[in-house]
Amino acid sequence: MPEENTPEEMEVTVESNEAPGATQAPKAPPTKVNARDVNVYYADNHALKDITIEIPENRVTSFIGPSGCGKSSFLRCINRMNDTIDICRVEGKIEIDSADIYDRSIDVVQLRAKVGMVFQKPNPFPKSIYDNIAYGPRIHGMVAGKTDTDELVEASLKRAGLWEEVKDRLAQPGTSLSGGQQQRLCIARAIAVSPQVILMDEPCSALDPIATARIEELIDELRQNFTIVIVTHSMQQAARVSQKTAFFHLGELVEQGNTELIFTNPVDKRTQDYITGRFG
Amino acid sequence: MNSLILIAVLLVLSAIGYQMGRKRALAGTGGQIKGLHSLPSYYGSYVALWCALPALLVIAFWLALQSGIVDSLLISGLPASVQALSEGQLNLLLSDIRNLAAGDITSKTPDPMVQAAAERYNDLRSTGFAAMVVVGLALGIGGLTIGWRAINPSFRARPRVEKIVHWVLILASAIAVLTTIGIVLSLLFESIRFFNRVPPAEFLFGLNWSPQTALRADQVGATGAFGAIPIFAGTFLITIIAMLVAVPIGLFSAIYMAEYASPRFRAIVKPILEILAGIPTVVYGFFAALTIAPLFRGFGESVGLDVASESALAAGVVMGLMIIPFVSSLSDDVINAVPQSLRDGSFAMGATHSETIKQVIIPAALPGIVGSVLLATSRAIGETMIVVMAAGLAANLTANPFEAVTTVTVQIVTLLVGDQEFDSSKTLAAFALGLVLFVITLCLNVVALTVVRKYREKYD
Ligand SMILES: Nc1ncnc2c1ncn2[C@@H]1O[C@H](COP(=O)(O)OP(=O)(O)O)[C@@H](O)[C@H]1O
Ligand SMILES: [Mg+2]
Repeated sequence: MPEENTPEEMEVTVESNEAPGATQAPKAPPTKVNARDVNVYYADNHALKDITIEIPENRVTSFIGPSGCGKSSFLRCINRMNDTIDICRVEGKIEIDSADIYDRSIDVVQLRAKVGMVFQKPNPFPKSIYDNIAYGPRIHGMVAGKTDTDELVEASLKRAGLWEEVKDRLAQPGTSLSGGQQQRLCIARAIAVSPQVILMDEPCSALDPIATARIEELIDELRQNFTIVIVTHSMQQAARVSQKTAFFHLGELVEQGNTELIFTNPVDKRTQDYITGRFG
Repeated sequence: MNSLILIAVLLVLSAIGYQMGRKRALAGTGGQIKGLHSLPSYYGSYVALWCALPALLVIAFWLALQSGIVDSLLISGLPASVQALSEGQLNLLLSDIRNLAAGDITSKTPDPMVQAAAERYNDLRSTGFAAMVVVGLALGIGGLTIGWRAINPSFRARPRVEKIVHWVLILASAIAVLTTIGIVLSLLFESIRFFNRVPPAEFLFGLNWSPQTALRADQVGATGAFGAIPIFAGTFLITIIAMLVAVPIGLFSAIYMAEYASPRFRAIVKPILEILAGIPTVVYGFFAALTIAPLFRGFGESVGLDVASESALAAGVVMGLMIIPFVSSLSDDVINAVPQSLRDGSFAMGATHSETIKQVIIPAALPGIVGSVLLATSRAIGETMIVVMAAGLAANLTANPFEAVTTVTVQIVTLLVGDQEFDSSKTLAAFALGLVLFVITLCLNVVALTVVRKYREKYD
């Protein structure tokens, strides 16, 4: 639905509206994240097997699949959040803009500033709304002085569509907001450090339908400036917000491609069963 | 014969009652559990409780009241000239009588009046005991019969037993609460007696503490000065030193344990740290007096500082070591309770581990950390043994940690140790000090617990 709202804005949306029969879009957008043969192990548990996928720039890519199939694990590979789990081992190659993010020369702190993340449960810091946004820019030295910070906070909240609701209460704790507002605060917080990629792990699963619709709208707007990867349990949501969809099953990447194609004409039997609700 | 045997007899009786209750209930249905309202054991317990509880309660009261009643009966039987004696002399005489009655040899050959009284005393006691045995056994057997007769298969034994258990539990907690109230009240009343002699303003704001009072009316000199400021100042000085040691070390070790240590390291070191809390404080005391204090003095000499051999510093440092586990263990718990999602959120922003700790985890855990520090403080203020052994007795009003100071708890100990009459200003001062100490630690604990509770609510 949303991609039909903004067809004239970007030339890239044209091919997502292409006839569903075409297997490959004629003008493919550049690849932002390129994963080759990624394997993830938690101790002895082989959680992801030979995942190879290209994530297009300035698009929304969604990961779907039943619980425990490894969607979150793969998402966490992209900003190396798996490093914080002791028993987790990642093999294979992931490139962002053709640079290997698992290379020894890569500073993981800078990588995470470039690849932001939004979590399943809104997790604002125990700080004021203002400080929640200013946190990232401050630790990365992106702001100098108060006016600078003020501007960045305002800009980030505006882009996350939260400014009007909170501009008079910036000093209140982030936890005082409603669930949907908290999640938009977390998105604003991620945006504030100007990432190139934003990873979202089931960002709407703790929210009511109205807050969910609001976030989906926001994701569609953000796509102009960011590459977005979203894990979702809701196939309707994947169909609504994403241009590319990847279906995971039991640690394997079963099928990937144009969202409309996946939902109208899945090749693999397992994909078919999942999207028709036969399991999952 | 003594009352323990009576109690044992009653317990045996109630065990028999248990069996009888079961049997009677089962007999009513021809041995079928199905026909009973409750399980057989409930019928047994019902009879056993009926048998034991009333009798034991009465015996408990009897034992508590008997000696007072016997004493007053005894005194009323003594000649009028003796009854006119002062309270102290009367008590002396009474204990003579008791000793004689118990067969102990008194210092002098007993005079006939005392001897007669001792015999009367023995008479009274044995009559009293016989009466208690009769009443106790009568209640036990009576209760057993009442309970036993009430039993038939449709009798609702289960709710009855539960109800009795309910009351027993209430009784137990009432005893705990009443004891606390009793202690506080006695503290209060003795303090009021003290404040009748020494004005509260002088006690609370006076700068001079020297509690030696004249023993005899004709004695000169020592009139006693009860200005408590120096000893409270000493308490706070030592507490501050202790907190300066305990808070950073405890907090840092908590952060290390919770955030950096491997699970194996943590599993080994955390219990070791908690062992610190299990060391008897008297051991810390001689550690302070025999090891740390000379160490500080020697070190002070070598750098040209004059450190007293009993110094606030030595006592404070050792006390700080003692309360490290209070700070670290509680802080460790609250840091662990900070949701992982906050850490993930911070890491995902590209924060390093130490930035995350400083800016996200500590602020989130702060109320709990403050609570743990306050609890440790109240523990330090009330601590006695270390300061008795290492801080000294001189009530100096000083902020110099190298000098000897004294604390509230030390003064209470010295005021009450040894042969004392318990109605002089000197000994009563101990109660006043105790009261103030109690109020201070109570306030600290209340604040600490509310802070901790508030924090709990936030993340549940
Ligand atoms: N922190 C972890 N430690 C151990 N195993 C994990 C951890 N996170 C995920 N796993 C395992 O990896 C597999 C994939 O999990 P996950 O990526 O969370 O799936 P999804 O997000 O698709 O539900 C599961 O089998 C899960 O048990
Ligand atoms: Mg998941």
